[in-house]
Amino acid sequence: MTQTANLTTVAAPPKRSFVAFIMGIPISIHVRGPRARDAGVEAAVERAFAALRLDDLLFSTYRADSEVSRIRRGELALASADRRIREVARLCALANDKTAGAFSAWLPDADGVVRFEPTGLVKGWAVEGAFGTLVGDLDRFGPHDVLINAGGDLHVNCRRTDTPDWVIGIEDPRDRGRVLRRLQLRTGAVATSGTSARGRHILDPRTGEPVRAELLSATVVGPCLTWADVYATAAFVHGRRALSWLAMVPGYGSLLLATDGTVLTTGA
Amino acid sequence: MRRITTAIMSTITVLVLLFSYRTSLGATAATASDTMTTPDEPGSNTSTQTGASATPTTAPVTTPSAAPTTSTPDPTASDSTGSTSTDGTFAGDSVPTRFGPVQVQVTVAGGQLVDVHAIDYPNSDRHDQRINAYAIPVLNDEALQARSAQIDAVSGATITSDAYIESLQSALDAAHL
Repeated sequence: MTQTANLTTVAAPPKRSFVAFIMGIPISIHVRGPRARDAGVEAAVERAFAALRLDDLLFSTYRADSEVSRIRRGELALASADRRIREVARLCALANDKTAGAFSAWLPDADGVVRFEPTGLVKGWAVEGAFGTLVGDLDRFGPHDVLINAGGDLHVNCRRTDTPDWVIGIEDPRDRGRVLRRLQLRTGAVATSGTSARGRHILDPRTGEPVRAELLSATVVGPCLTWADVYATAAFVHGRRALSWLAMVPGYGSLLLATDGTVLTTGA
Repeated sequence: MRRITTAIMSTITVLVLLFSYRTSLGATAATASDTMTTPDEPGSNTSTQTGASATPTTAPVTTPSAAPTTSTPDPTASDSTGSTSTDGTFAGDSVPTRFGPVQVQVTVAGGQLVDVHAIDYPNSDRHDQRINAYAIPVLNDEALQARSAQIDAVSGATITSDAYIESLQSALDAAHL
C-alpha cells in the first residue's frame, strides 16, 4: 500500500502596496508578510514617505526656498548647510572620484554657470536611507519583505524565507511597458539611467555638454542604491566603455543597452 | 485643457488608489536568486528623520491618505477569484479638484479597471471626452513563461508623476493597494 505525500499549498503571505508622489516622481512601496495590511505597517510606510518629503524640502532644486537652491544662488555656504547636505556633498566628491569624473555634482546650469547640483546622487541616497529605516521599523512585526520603487530606482529586502524572489523587470526604453529583461533579487538595489521620460539630457560633467549617447540605458544592480544610481549615471556617460569599468567594481552587476540594440552585461 | 486633463488624471489616480485588486499569487517556484553578497562601502545614511511630515510637493496629485471617499463598492470583498462580482460600471461621487468638482465613471471587467470616464467637467468645457488615462501596458517579453509571468516592479529611467498613471508600475501597484 503506497502512501502519497500530502502536499499542502501554503497561501502566499498578504501583500500591500503604497504609492506617494514626492520629489516629482512616483514612489511605490510594497510590503509582503503576515502583517502587511496592518495599521502599524501602514504607519511605518507613512514615516518613510515623510522622511522623503523632508529630504525634498532640503534638496529640491525646484523649490526656491530649499537649502540647495539657496546654495545655488550663493545665499548659503555649503559649509553652513544642513548636515545631510554636507554629507551628500561628501558622497558626491567620492562619487566623482570613483567614476573617473563621469559623475559630478558640479554641473553647468541653463545659463552656463557651474553650480552645486547633487540631484543625481540625492535620489538614490534619500531612498536608500528611508528604505533602511523602514526595514528596521518593520522588524517588530516579524519577518517581512519590502520593496521600494522610486520612479525606476529600486531597493528590496527579504526577511522571509518562504517567499519568492522579488522579480524586477528592466524596462525597454524603446517601448515603455515592454520588459527587456527580468531579474530576481532578494536583497539589493537596482538603478537605471537613460534618457528620461521627459527627454532631459544627461550632461557629461567633463565637457558640460549632453552625452552623445552610445547607450539607450544602463542598469546597475548591487547592495546600495546610492552607488547603483551613481554607477548607472556614470555608465551612461561613459557609454560602451563603461563595461570594462563596471566589470571591475566588486559587488555590482550591470546591464547596458546599446543604441544598436546590443545588450551587454557584467557581474551576473 | 491640459490643466483640466492633469486634474482629471490626478483624480483618476486617486480613484485607482481606492481600488484594491488582488491578483491571485500563484506559487512561483523560487529559483536561484541574484544576490550580491560582497558589501560595498555604504553610501547609506542611517540618521533618522525627526520633525513633522511636510506636505506633498507635487500639487496636482494626492496621496492615498488624502483620498476622498466615493460611493463605489469595495472590490476586495472576494480576492480569491477574478472578482467578477465587482464588474460593471460605477459612478463615483464628485471628486473635488482645484479646478472644481469632477465626477468620474469607472468600468470594471474581470476584476480589472478597464476604463475611466469623466462625466462632469468643472467649467463650461463640457466635452464628453473619454479619458483613457489608465492604460494597462501589455507585457511582451518573450523570456517570460506564461505560468510565472509575475513581475513585482519595473526599473527604468526616471519616470515623472505625470507619466506614472500610464506606466506599467502603476498597474503593478494597483494590484495590491
